[in-house]
Amino acid sequence: MSEFKVHVRQREDDIHVLELRGYLDAHTTPVLEESFQRLLHEKKYRILVNCRELTYISSAGLGVFMAFIEDVRAGSGDIKLSDMNPKVFNIFDLLGFPMLYDIVPTEEEAAAKFGAR
Amino acid sequence: MTAPLTYRLTITSQTNRLNDVRQFVSGQARTHGFAEDDVNKITIAVDEACTNIIKHGYGFSPDHFIDIEVRRSGPQFEIIIMDSGKQFDPKSIETPDMKEYLTHYRRGGLGVYLMKRIMDKVEFNIQHDRNVLRMVKSLS
Repeated sequence: MSEFKVHVRQREDDIHVLELRGYLDAHTTPVLEESFQRLLHEKKYRILVNCRELTYISSAGLGVFMAFIEDVRAGSGDIKLSDMNPKVFNIFDLLGFPMLYDIVPTEEEAAAKFGAR
Repeated sequence: MTAPLTYRLTITSQTNRLNDVRQFVSGQARTHGFAEDDVNKITIAVDEACTNIIKHGYGFSPDHFIDIEVRRSGPQFEIIIMDSGKQFDPKSIETPDMKEYLTHYRRGGLGVYLMKRIMDKVEFNIQHDRNVLRMVKSLS
């Protein structure tokens, strides 16, 4: 069975962190979609995606970020990504995603890019 | 010339079978001698192909089949994926301009683009009323 889990955590700087774990493919994307929907519903637009334990992503997974980025930025927030392993980063890179998203090595660097609140 | 080593996997048209496809293809690619980076990329190309078939070919109807065949011959690693879903017209897929794509927040249609970026050759054909996708990558 392919396993995928999202753990949501709120930081003191009002940033919500989605910690992704496992395989993000066409089967598991609804789990991530639901997490984004919940945050947007609560008008939480400062979203940091920690990919430390994300072992795999296909274009279905990348599509989730595309689906929500517009609404998140319309709410003056952003989706920033951190701690990506090279295998996963390769796929983001093949599709040119670093052009549209901040993808940085650590969660602290990603948080700093949001600016203070 | 020796006959290629041929390995097969058949799955039902369900996204929960994608993990089995990845296990099968990554194992084959690793045994063939690809480095981990290429193993991962080839695995994604096949995942994308099967996802498209489940989604567009069979419209998420779960009781159909997808046949996946790996043929290994010399440096060549060939994957044939066959389905009986809606006939696929490769001309209907335009290669997206990624900059344009991303700045307009488009969604979907990235699978074929990835397959073409990753593999040396990607060919769509129709044989005996079945869609036949052939992808090739060779050890360099």
